[in-house]
Amino acid sequence: MVVTFGGGARDQETFAPEGHENIPNIMREMLPRASFFTQVVNRGILGHYVATASLVTGVYETFNNFAAVPPGNPTVFEYYRKDLKRPSSDAWVVAPSNGFNRIGESNHRSYGEGMGARVILPKYLLKAAMSGSGSDYGHLLRDNYENPYSTPDLGNREFELQQLEMILKLSADDFRAHARTLSSPDELSLYIFRQLIRQVAPSFLWITMHDIDIAHAGAYSLYLEGIRRTDRLCAELYKLLEDEPEYSGKTTLLVLPDFGRDADQDAGGNGFQHHRTGDAAARTTWLMAIGPHIREGVVYDHPVESIDLVPTLGAMLGFSPSLARGKPISELV
Amino acid sequence: MLPRDLKPEDFRLYPPVARRLVVENITAIRRLPLSFLPNLLREIIEYDYKFPAERTAITKELAKLGADSDAEVEDLLREFSKIRLSPQLESFDWVNSPGQFVERLSDHLWTTHQLDEFRIAATKYGDHLTALVDAEPLPIPRLGVSVVGRDVGSFDGPLFRKLRPHGTFFNRINPENGLNLLLEAVAARARRHPIPYAHWYIDGGEPANHDSILTGISYAALEPIRAALIAKIHTEIERPGMGPEALRSIMAQLRPSTLGMAGDDEIMQRFQLKLLTEASGTQIFSTTYAQWAAREALKRAQPLTLLVRFAPRQRQKAMNELLTVKPEQPELDELGSLIDADMSAYYNWLNQQRLPGAEKSCFLAWFEGHPSVLAIGPSIPRGTESGTEADLEKLLNWLV
Repeated sequence: MVVTFGGGARDQETFAPEGHENIPNIMREMLPRASFFTQVVNRGILGHYVATASLVTGVYETFNNFAAVPPGNPTVFEYYRKDLKRPSSDAWVVAPSNGFNRIGESNHRSYGEGMGARVILPKYLLKAAMSGSGSDYGHLLRDNYENPYSTPDLGNREFELQQLEMILKLSADDFRAHARTLSSPDELSLYIFRQLIRQVAPSFLWITMHDIDIAHAGAYSLYLEGIRRTDRLCAELYKLLEDEPEYSGKTTLLVLPDFGRDADQDAGGNGFQHHRTGDAAARTTWLMAIGPHIREGVVYDHPVESIDLVPTLGAMLGFSPSLARGKPISELV
Repeated sequence: MLPRDLKPEDFRLYPPVARRLVVENITAIRRLPLSFLPNLLREIIEYDYKFPAERTAITKELAKLGADSDAEVEDLLREFSKIRLSPQLESFDWVNSPGQFVERLSDHLWTTHQLDEFRIAATKYGDHLTALVDAEPLPIPRLGVSVVGRDVGSFDGPLFRKLRPHGTFFNRINPENGLNLLLEAVAARARRHPIPYAHWYIDGGEPANHDSILTGISYAALEPIRAALIAKIHTEIERPGMGPEALRSIMAQLRPSTLGMAGDDEIMQRFQLKLLTEASGTQIFSTTYAQWAAREALKRAQPLTLLVRFAPRQRQKAMNELLTVKPEQPELDELGSLIDADMSAYYNWLNQQRLPGAEKSCFLAWFEGHPSVLAIGPSIPRGTESGTEADLEKLLNWLV
């Protein structure tokens, strides 16, 4: 299981001493059982979709962050399925926005269509389920916080409703009713995650959190609220895995932000609001790994790169990400 | 086209003062690398609508570049010259659309992994510029005031945590009539030093009564402009093929009159328009507006005095409310706004300290209606707390 703690959280609001108050659940429930890497450097483009694509390919992708294009290099899901001969039901992505709908597989000629992960977009499921209800939920479908007015339409409501009913075993009515009890899109993602592991039980699942990116609106309290919510959801997700017999004791969980945000001191930015300067605070973040073969309570201060994730997963699971540029993190494999 | 090929007539579409300036300095401009020049032209093309401090800075910059020998310019901009550009960038109309060029250059730098090299080049050049500007002494030390927490009855959490290491936290200041005392104090500075755009009052809500000698802007006064802008955005995004980049271009081309802004001061009109069209969140959250307005005022007008008062912003609705509640008059989030403003006060101080004369600058942050004040200045001890009793006027006198 891979969780991106996003989109974009700085050390000073998370694992730096002054940030601990924002992540009490992770500090208490998860960190003591984890191997923790304090310096994960992202040398690529700091836009959420392209950076997440870089995380899933192990190559710093360079496409336009706001374009609806697949990654150019094979994704970790394609390596996984091809090398280990796994069915399509075994690799899933739960992604925050419509812009991520191509994240599951690349357009690489040796891999590509039909060989990657299946992607669920909870906001889009919600849109399909709410269609015609007349509720004011448009804000929820805001695709990203960097360009708040862009909400690409993927079409095909029927397909989304089928996804709900056939795969997640949810009626549109149940889904709507449950959605009304949730406070944020990431909570909806966790709800979908829960349904997936109970109904499909995939071996490889990637969930991308995004509430934190409200920081682009410039309200510090909302940014902190996003971090605290993500902290709570990570702990809930971890507990969920521990409580599910299919996963308990045999699941490795990796949690990392896609990148950080600009430093307060960098005159080129506006502190926490954006991730535009490419300074050290925006590029440097952390990784937490928990699992049956992972050492507990260990902190590693040497730098690793975000593109090391895919080779590390390859070494853990036994597939060969031949085109990934990073290298396995030796302490995890 | 490359800079060395520039001719005076290439700038015929520039506003009159900007055109004259660029033509007078065309010999210097021709020597500049393309990875650098559009950044400068982006400033020059707006020269007619710039604050005096910006005009002075641009004029000095051009004079310096003109006075330097070829070898000195080459040395100063060597790192910029090493940046590799694409043929598409070279053929772009960077003379007339320097802002759009810079956006494309930014994408190019990210994509080609040259951002770090560009940062090094820009930092070196920025330090060089700072040295130029620093030569001018200020008539009085700069003063920044941030008033936070309007309408918050009580707050148990720690305030001004990021500012405290730099000054003294006073916990027994008499809050009575505090805002008026502060506004009168900043107006008195303006009357003693009546320099255009040198003394500002920014309010995140309805502005309090204040002396018209202050350059005053407020979130409340922009309400009809914000409404017109949001309506414009909604119209544009309905158009087929509209994407983020196209929308950004449309926003950049908006003029004050398009949104119904009126008045004689086109510099201020354009300043306020940019606060809404070039920033993120200023259109919806008053705390973001006040912080960004302060940042831009400090960066661009370099005021001697800046009072920023934060007001409650609208509450961000949770998903379950959006799914069940009909739209209505937005509720306010007073406590969240206090936390926003606390961080913003820190940013206001950081931005003030980036300006010349920082070693003599003073700063005061006040929790409105409460006895909590944080003061920073050359005569104020750092990292301490004081139970001294005083009112805000007396504290300001100690400070400045």
